[in-house]
Amino acid sequence: MTKLVEWLVGVSVVLVAWAVVSFDLLELSLPDTYREVAWPMPLYLLVSFGCYSLATVGYRVATFNDCEEAAKELQEQIKEAKEDLRKRGLKI
Amino acid sequence: MSRRRKLPCASSFSRYPVAPVSWIMSSRRKSPRSGHEADKYSVLLPTYNERENLPLIVWLLVKYFGESGFDYEIIVIDDGSPDGTLEVAQQLQRIYGEEKIVLRPRAQKLGLGTAYIHGIKHASGNFIFIMDADLSHHPKFIPEFIRIQREGDFDVVSGTRYRGDGGVYGWDLKRKLISRGANFLTQVLLRPGASDLTGSFRLYKRDVLEKLVERCVSKGYVFQMEMIVRARQLHYTIGEVPISFVDRVYGESKLGGNEIVSFVKGLLTLFATT
Repeated sequence: MTKLVEWLVGVSVVLVAWAVVSFDLLELSLPDTYREVAWPMPLYLLVSFGCYSLATVGYRVATFNDCEEAAKELQEQIKEAKEDLRKRGLKI
Repeated sequence: MSRRRKLPCASSFSRYPVAPVSWIMSSRRKSPRSGHEADKYSVLLPTYNERENLPLIVWLLVKYFGESGFDYEIIVIDDGSPDGTLEVAQQLQRIYGEEKIVLRPRAQKLGLGTAYIHGIKHASGNFIFIMDADLSHHPKFIPEFIRIQREGDFDVVSGTRYRGDGGVYGWDLKRKLISRGANFLTQVLLRPGASDLTGSFRLYKRDVLEKLVERCVSKGYVFQMEMIVRARQLHYTIGEVPISFVDRVYGESKLGGNEIVSFVKGLLTLFATT
């Protein structure tokens, strides 16, 4: 099963469950509170996912490590390498 | 608002005891020392116009491999660079020996996947490192890669910029945002089990790399992503090592709209086909 198919199956299951509860398709005669809660769910879930995404990406960007020491260390090693290679006969 | 203190970046002296391995493994297995003596690591370096960087990356590789005592070879796959990279590679071969520096040039720029295939054909190691030759990947992480690989007997070990004390130097806010955003999208859609899909600093078991390259059809960034996704499909185990990525090229080569579009196209293709 490809990821696309997994998603389609998952979304279908959720939508069918939502439709059954919201529109009383199976004539289950569920209490009204069930329907009131279920009806806006898809929108709520989308909005929640949107907020979660923004928060997660925002957090990850804010805590993205900046490798200052690594860059400095690299610069020093470049100098050392050039010296050593020149001694060993490298001609650029 | 207090400034969030960031962790210092991955360095060869930092020990991350609980670290990447615990995310992947549930139990530690002590690998027997015997059986490792015959391990040899081939480093594939596809190059194009890396005349200045090639001697430096080779020097660093020789330094860290030499200090660690592991058996290795460096395979330089130059795609007919007009700036004389091959000539510099030949000088390096004279300095370090033909056993350590193996030259397998090609006539023209033919792409990464075929460069790996070409390199593997001439590799004598049972493990293969792939990395960039422009000094964005630092050989100081090699002993850590090998250590993690042995601990979990992983089929693939992937360097990650996004976990632990991995990180990047030289990126502005916009670039970081694009990077994290793209990675988030990839995680949501593909759930790949690895934190850094577009990274190209990796250690593979030789037969694993051969099988994966055979099956991968994409190009560029997406090729690296596809390798990990296919690895998961084939139930290969993947370990991670936090690495520091020093981008010295970002100032000159902006991440353009074209690249973003082709990344999204590639991601959607992988989403629909794997």
